[in-house]
Amino acid sequence: MVRVKRKEKLNENVGKMVLEAGLIAKKAQPGQFVIVRAKEDSERIPLTIADYDREEGTVTIIYQIVGAGTMELDTVQEGESVQDLVGPLGKASETEGLKKVAVVGGGVGCAIAYPLAKKLHSQGAEVHSVVGFRNKGLVILEKEFEAVSDKLCMMTDDGSYGQKGLVTQALEELILAGNEYDEVIAIGPLPMMKFVCLLTKKYGIKTIVSMNPIMIDGTGMCGGCRLTVGGQTKFACVDGPDFDGHEVDFDEAMHRGTMYKEFEAHAREDACRLYQKEVQ
Amino acid sequence: MPNMDPKKNPMPVQDPYARICNFDEVALGYTYETAVSEAKRCLNCKHKPCVSGCPVEIDIPAFIAKVAAEDMEGAYEVLSRSTSLPAVCGRVCPQESQCEGKCVRGIKGEPVGIGRLERFVADWHREHGEENVERPQPNGHKVAVVGAGPSGLTAAGDLAKLGYEVTVYEALHLAGGVLVYGIPEFRLPKAIVQHEIESLKKLGVDIQTDMVIGKVLTIDELFEMGYEAVFVGSGAGLPRFMNIPGESLNGVYSANEFLTRINLMKAFRPNSSTPVQHAKAVAVVGGGNVAMDAARCAKRMGAEKVYIVYRRGMEELPARKEEVEHAEEEQIIFRTLCNPVEILDDGTGKVGGIRCVEMELGEPDESGRRRPVEKKGSEFEIGVDSVIMSIGTSPNPLIRSTTPGLEANRHGCLVTEGESGKTSRDGVWAGGDAVTGAATVILAMGAGKQAARAIDEAIRNA
Ligand SMILES: Cc1cc2nc3c(=O)[nH]c(=O)nc-3n(C[C@H](O)[C@H](O)[C@H](O)COP(=O)(O)OP(=O)(O)OC[C@H]3O[C@@H](n4cnc5c(N)ncnc54)[C@H](O)[C@@H]3O)c2cc1C
Ligand SMILES: Cc1cc2nc3c(=O)[nH]c(=O)nc-3n(C[C@H](O)[C@H](O)[C@H](O)COP(=O)(O)OP(=O)(O)OC[C@H]3O[C@@H](n4cnc5c(N)ncnc54)[C@H](O)[C@@H]3O)c2cc1C
Ligand code: SF4
Ligand code: SF4
Ligand code: FES
Repeated sequence: MVRVKRKEKLNENVGKMVLEAGLIAKKAQPGQFVIVRAKEDSERIPLTIADYDREEGTVTIIYQIVGAGTMELDTVQEGESVQDLVGPLGKASETEGLKKVAVVGGGVGCAIAYPLAKKLHSQGAEVHSVVGFRNKGLVILEKEFEAVSDKLCMMTDDGSYGQKGLVTQALEELILAGNEYDEVIAIGPLPMMKFVCLLTKKYGIKTIVSMNPIMIDGTGMCGGCRLTVGGQTKFACVDGPDFDGHEVDFDEAMHRGTMYKEFEAHAREDACRLYQKEVQ
Repeated sequence: MPNMDPKKNPMPVQDPYARICNFDEVALGYTYETAVSEAKRCLNCKHKPCVSGCPVEIDIPAFIAKVAAEDMEGAYEVLSRSTSLPAVCGRVCPQESQCEGKCVRGIKGEPVGIGRLERFVADWHREHGEENVERPQPNGHKVAVVGAGPSGLTAAGDLAKLGYEVTVYEALHLAGGVLVYGIPEFRLPKAIVQHEIESLKKLGVDIQTDMVIGKVLTIDELFEMGYEAVFVGSGAGLPRFMNIPGESLNGVYSANEFLTRINLMKAFRPNSSTPVQHAKAVAVVGGGNVAMDAARCAKRMGAEKVYIVYRRGMEELPARKEEVEHAEEEQIIFRTLCNPVEILDDGTGKVGGIRCVEMELGEPDESGRRRPVEKKGSEFEIGVDSVIMSIGTSPNPLIRSTTPGLEANRHGCLVTEGESGKTSRDGVWAGGDAVTGAATVILAMGAGKQAARAIDEAIRNA
């Protein structure tokens, strides 16, 4: 059992929890993730370590409520405990030697991108952050990004906040303005990452993406998280979650992500009823 | 007067038509009377050939004699001297190639049902016996165990009995290893595994779940924390794929994923939060226990047709004989001498079928088994909407890649010295599937036992 030290609502669909997990906090690196089980018999949900405090012995997770599992997680209140927390899993992101980087975050992917931007900033790199959301109500972590970015482009699909448009547009403008990036780091929904990669390929800029396929154990045991990268089978939980975006077979990954669509829809409806949320 | 019936007392089982609709145990176990009658078939041979077939050297005629004399508690005591998981081994050991394979009664008829009797005694004890676990006197030494599978649990139990303070670190949220995430409920009820784990806890063993060693703590850090020795029983959990076209289609599972979803995450329960595909027709590739379990689970999840696709013949199937028989009774279709070459797309990115080629057996290979070779032009297709790959596993690289000085061979198995399980790294012992590659529960337990003995010796002589 792991206690929720603090809990906060970031927007209508996104929550944040600070969990008391000293051992994990001691080892955590940006890019790594944990697996949470809210209750006895809950699903195992992989979530990126959005932040950690080695002194306080805590790790922070930021979760978007998308289905039954995350809805159940959200019912755990401050002071209560989640059943299981395991980590840090996956490989840490490689940031060594990077001098100038564009960090592109889409939606809740910003929670994964933020600790990276922070680490890059703290090691003296020039960080340009491009963050995109569907609308103003969904914006998260704006202040945090501001604090660690030399330049921040805020984009919304509908123009209700920041600039109207997609993250790829803002990124292309930055590139055309003469910014020479050592690397682009793109984290967000699969289609977003796919299009960022198509763009950076055109300009020949190395691009790292963070893949989040469906996982169970997170230790390399089930093979459910497999992806094709550079024509080879990789397990995202142990070989990743970061991969060279120009090598990833995104179409296959998107397809594999739909495997349990129907089940998830049912589970979501049941959970909505159980936790008396609006079915959206 | 011994019972000279050439046949074993049959094991009562759930009717095949009923059992493919539930996950309850298939083999129901002997009754008291049947057990006594079966025990009387044992001739109490002086040279005990059966014992040499048991990797943990249970004194088989001694425990069976107690059953015949209706001293069940006494029988349990004999078992406990050699095994800590009799209820498990009685159910899952490949007896035909171990103890029962050596039984003299097997020459002219069927061997004594040693496994069935072992199971009976363990179950009897669980239901009627007195549980008087005494906490041994602590000896002031600490040992860490990595992995809560049969090898780790056995090592932990034996060391605890000697007074060691033992902590078991397990990566998953539940202890038991393959016994909980792999072998299905209908073959090994999870309550039994749980009972065995509770007994270990009563002995004082501390089990820490959600601890991936190599990630949250390294073996070096375990030594810094004051453990004087570490036993690695991390198993062989990394699934292999065939690398044929179509393996990333939706509907292709590794057996580990399929079985984990069903057993560990309880996807067989109607209200489970873990999804699993309910396929109509399933091809399971492979012929071991894992393949049989996957096939029989698929049947229970509602598949109308389930095929076992195996490249050698029926004779060569590595699975326990009883599992093959049970699978046949459950209408699993065996396509032996048959090897997949491609998994076919149904046009929407899901599995639509599997293309196979027929095989014939050629010259024996280094393992002594006749090597299957393809028959030219014999390709054919089976229509399925799910494929489960069950062609073996290898040890997870996590521990060897984070522990300096720990040697592994080219298959990724940890290298150990002789029987003791001592690795190339001082203070680290290993055993079970992590050393041998995928093997059996009883061999893993045997390795845990040997290592516990060696660790005790090393610490006492230090
Ligand atoms: C390494 C890794 C890191 C992640 N980090 C974060 C994070 O920091 N914050 C966060 O909000 N989410 C993160 N995710 C995604 C998160 O795990 C899923 O959103 C969650 O498992 C959904 O569970 P559910 O039961 O609520 O929804 P489900 O009912 O399972 O699914 C609802 C919807 O979410 C999609 N979905 C399901 N599983 C995943 C998945 N693993 N990744 C993406 N979409 C999925 C489904 O296709 C479906 O559309 C991460 C995933 C991985 C693998
Ligand atoms: C489906 C299936 C059916 C089988 N049927 C039979 C049968 O009928 N009869 C038979 O005799 N054998 C059978 N076997 C084989 C048998 O189960 C194994 O040989 C045996 O379980 C090996 O025991 P072990 O302790 O070495 O490893 P495991 O049982 O694999 O246990 C290893 C444990 O270590 C944990 N672990 C791994 N890495 C780490 C880490 N880094 N940190 C912490 N913990 C870690 C794992 O999560 C796991 O719990 C079957 C196997 C499977 C998969
Ligand atoms: S432990 Fe296995 S091999 Fe040994 S006697 Fe029991 S069933 Fe036979
Ligand atoms: S070999 Fe068979 S008959 Fe002889 S002691 Fe062993 S079990 Fe009994
Ligand atoms: S989540 Fe099971 S292998 Fe990656």
